[in-house]
Amino acid sequence: MMRRIRAWGPGLLLILPSLLVLAVFVYGFLGWNIRVSLSSWRGLVPAHDFVGLTNYTQLFDDVRFTHYDVPNIALFTLVFVAGSLAVGFFMAVLLDRGVAGEHVFRSVYLFPMAISFIATAIIWRWLLDNGGGESTTGINKLLVDAGLESWRSNWFKSESRWAIAAIALPAGWSLSGYVMSLFLAGMRGVPEELREAARVDGASEPKVFWHVVRPMLLPVLMSAVVILAHISLKTFDLFYAMDQKNIKIDTPALYMWFTTFDGGFYARGAAIAALLLAGVATVIVPYIWYAVRAERTR
Amino acid sequence: MTAVAEPGGDRGRGRDDGRIRSRWAPYVTTVRYLVLFALACFFLMPVYALLVTALKSPSEVSVVRMWQWPHTLSLDNFHLVWPKLRDGFTNSVLMALPASILSSVLGAANGFVLAKWRFPGADFVFALILFGMFIPYQAVLIPMFQTMSATGLRGGIPGLVLVHVIYGLPITTLIFRSYFAGISEELIEAAKVDGAGMLRTFAFVALPVAPPAFAVAMIWQFTSAWNDFLFGVLLTTKERWPITVALNNIAGSQAVPFNEAMASALLACLPTLLVYILLGRFFMRGLMAGALKG
Amino acid sequence: MQRQRMNQIVVSLAAALIGVAGVAGCSKAKEPAKEAPKEAAKDPAAAPPKEAPKEPAKDQVEVFSWWTGAGEQEGLDAMIADFKSKNPSIEVVNAAVSGGAGTNAKAILANRLQAGNPPDSYQRHAGLELADDIKAGKVEDLTPLYGAQGWNDKLPKGLLDAITIEGKIYSVPVNIHRANLIWFVPKTLQALGIAGPPKTWKEFMTQAKTIKAKGKTALAIGPQWTQKHLLETVLLGELGPDKYTGLWNGKTDWKSAEVTAALDMFKQVLSVSDIKSSAPDWQPAADRVTDGTAVYTVMGDWLDGYWGRAKKLAFKTDYDVAATPGSAGVYDFLSDSFTLPVGAKHRAAAEKWLIECGSVSGQDLFNPQKGSVPARTDADKAKYQGYLATALKDWQDPATKIVGSLAHGVVANNALGSEIDTALGIFVENRDSAGFAAAVAKAYAATK
Repeated sequence: MMRRIRAWGPGLLLILPSLLVLAVFVYGFLGWNIRVSLSSWRGLVPAHDFVGLTNYTQLFDDVRFTHYDVPNIALFTLVFVAGSLAVGFFMAVLLDRGVAGEHVFRSVYLFPMAISFIATAIIWRWLLDNGGGESTTGINKLLVDAGLESWRSNWFKSESRWAIAAIALPAGWSLSGYVMSLFLAGMRGVPEELREAARVDGASEPKVFWHVVRPMLLPVLMSAVVILAHISLKTFDLFYAMDQKNIKIDTPALYMWFTTFDGGFYARGAAIAALLLAGVATVIVPYIWYAVRAERTR
Repeated sequence: MTAVAEPGGDRGRGRDDGRIRSRWAPYVTTVRYLVLFALACFFLMPVYALLVTALKSPSEVSVVRMWQWPHTLSLDNFHLVWPKLRDGFTNSVLMALPASILSSVLGAANGFVLAKWRFPGADFVFALILFGMFIPYQAVLIPMFQTMSATGLRGGIPGLVLVHVIYGLPITTLIFRSYFAGISEELIEAAKVDGAGMLRTFAFVALPVAPPAFAVAMIWQFTSAWNDFLFGVLLTTKERWPITVALNNIAGSQAVPFNEAMASALLACLPTLLVYILLGRFFMRGLMAGALKG
Repeated sequence: MQRQRMNQIVVSLAAALIGVAGVAGCSKAKEPAKEAPKEAAKDPAAAPPKEAPKEPAKDQVEVFSWWTGAGEQEGLDAMIADFKSKNPSIEVVNAAVSGGAGTNAKAILANRLQAGNPPDSYQRHAGLELADDIKAGKVEDLTPLYGAQGWNDKLPKGLLDAITIEGKIYSVPVNIHRANLIWFVPKTLQALGIAGPPKTWKEFMTQAKTIKAKGKTALAIGPQWTQKHLLETVLLGELGPDKYTGLWNGKTDWKSAEVTAALDMFKQVLSVSDIKSSAPDWQPAADRVTDGTAVYTVMGDWLDGYWGRAKKLAFKTDYDVAATPGSAGVYDFLSDSFTLPVGAKHRAAAEKWLIECGSVSGQDLFNPQKGSVPARTDADKAKYQGYLATALKDWQDPATKIVGSLAHGVVANNALGSEIDTALGIFVENRDSAGFAAAVAKAYAATK
């Protein structure tokens, strides 16, 4: 026993500081946040009372949360995840089979990822401007100039329920190159011999892709979905810099910020954050569990 | 989850060799290039608007002429906004550099232990660490706010560095764990046989082969810290605002002249773009590691 | 070989990063020479107060505000200079925080108050925005200071009523802005054959028909807070000053028929505005009035500074202003005021600062710069020209009724304000007057 401890003890000791700060800053804080969500804290002075699930039940009665934030984030996640996956996958397929200048294309598709969401929002807010007539600009201007007047849109200011989907454009701009990289890595991880074997059996190139490559991309697809979905749920700065306090693009992450730091509803903010955490955890926990297990069985 | 893989460089695979080409092949190829090119235009469109606007003289700038080529190139816009962004820029450098170095060093130690000096339950501990990289930060904001205020760390750069180091640990640990998992067991065993302890093995066997992982981890951390807004806006006061917060406050309202907004945005993302252009390969690996991270 | 390449790349990475830092560092060192002297004067504030060296010999006062914009910064500097000449032994640390109409500053301030590390004096909108601080015991009662300085006779009674909370006064108002103003270009009205600005919201709606027929927008509007601003002026115009004030002290029932009727009027007004393609901020909304696409905009008197000074337009000829419909003779005010936090490190110096804020000389230095009128009624009229002259006349007129602004923190505390933001966002979407009234009534009861 002592020998074993001597064997792994130093290692544990080395990472103990990291483990301790993570225990406090991740798990301690998450716990404390939940504790706050069960109190009645409003205003400057923290309240340490206990009001049960009141903040949560109030949220379920809260029109902003139930009629706007939750449907909004669901729509946004749907459009953003599906869109980025489709575009990213498509680009990966185009690039997979060896294209002259692949490096250039890849770099161009990927670089938006290096730009902060704040800068992204500041650029795209102008591209998605909905000024009419003389003051038409941005993408609308391009559409009008191309003779596609009828395609012009009010984007994130449109009357439609889907206004928030307009934000998937900058978000997808930022991240579909990333999805492409994931798929490309996945496709190139497929051993050439497997494809060759299929070709020898007379399979056409699309069939090779469908029967050999596609099944091996499932883990990549899963990673991509999980990553995009959790980014979608927690993204704050993109919306914040795009158009503050526009209820059409309001999300739980924004509501949490404004109600907590503008209105002083700390307990309510904590409850929203806790629900966000629950949302993210339902996606992430199975993923981590699966990933760590898959690794062990390998 | 074995992280550090990357799409196989530029090698075209020459897969067409020796096979019968369809007679449609040339058309397919043309269409493919056209589509690739169209996509490239889409991705570059915002950059085009950004660049031509920022390079116009302020008097020539107009929102409705967003897409027009500038008559004369001018750097006036940058001269106009740089004084307002300078402090934020400096703050971000002072914050992102130590944050990326520190979290990489700690991540290296963690990754080494979790890959090569494992203790019982190491995988479980790893899973717990990993979870930290996916949490919505909203769920730690209030406690962080209280803790940092109470300890007097709110307001300045050290507090911001601290949170970036801590919340960067999961991804750096992941990167180094994956990397060290790839170095051969014999090297470690040999060191053990020579009587080297854990620290010596880490310092003299693992670290010397780790620079590639350091590059990946540091680039990733530098980029995330540079691009972060939420922690910056929560934890700093005006004098210590990182660039993203400064940018949002300068260009965040549309009442700000269009040219200034564009020039500021360009300046603010220059460093990460530079890192991306110069060190794209490592940047890419960081991304892969994030299969990873958000 | 692979390793060697990696090493090279790492070295170049380090070089690149150091290069970036170096560039930033160099230009940092070089820049100040290029900076305007005004910035240099502000520089002491660049170091966070905590790190400022404590010199026991020299007293100091840390003044926290969000006055960093054009005009207000100059005004604050002038007031600080005046303070220094009166109190040469006290150093002023100007801890101004910019951005978001004070939103940033408020978040930072909330922190410092929570952490028990208050500045020596901080800015708040006068009125209920201060209520949370009072409830939390963060600010001192200034009623004795008012007595000692004789301010009770120098400030209008309506103002004193609005800033008195449970019998006590906790802040010193420096300036007064007016919110209930409707702005227009006289030539546009002439061209449309409209005699003058509307006297009631009903008349406004009639005019709107004419305006629409000519292909113009009746009312230019901006982001969410400008809609809240518009809401308060419609409520004021439709309900009258007394019932409007009653909305905020519980005497007027939000769910009553008249309030619903007023909200219906707000809906109508919105329907003739350009809300579907609303301007991104109040300045571009005002631009739509000067470029002739819209006829009116409802905005506070800071618009005078934008048109008169920034755009160099002439008051009365290029643009004109009237009280919003139904609010003639009413001054819907907002005011910036300074406080004395409990636990201020330099309490005596802070009191001296407050005396400066309440003084004629301080207010007359600050307000012409900021484009507002002094809170005191005995200020020097000669210092106020153009629009400000008429504003000051109205403010000093004893017959003027004074009510507080909703959108600018006078009549609603932060919590109620943010709940109304939420309800209004939804109201503008679903146009459900009764739903909005019910939501506000509930929020009012819950945040009292």
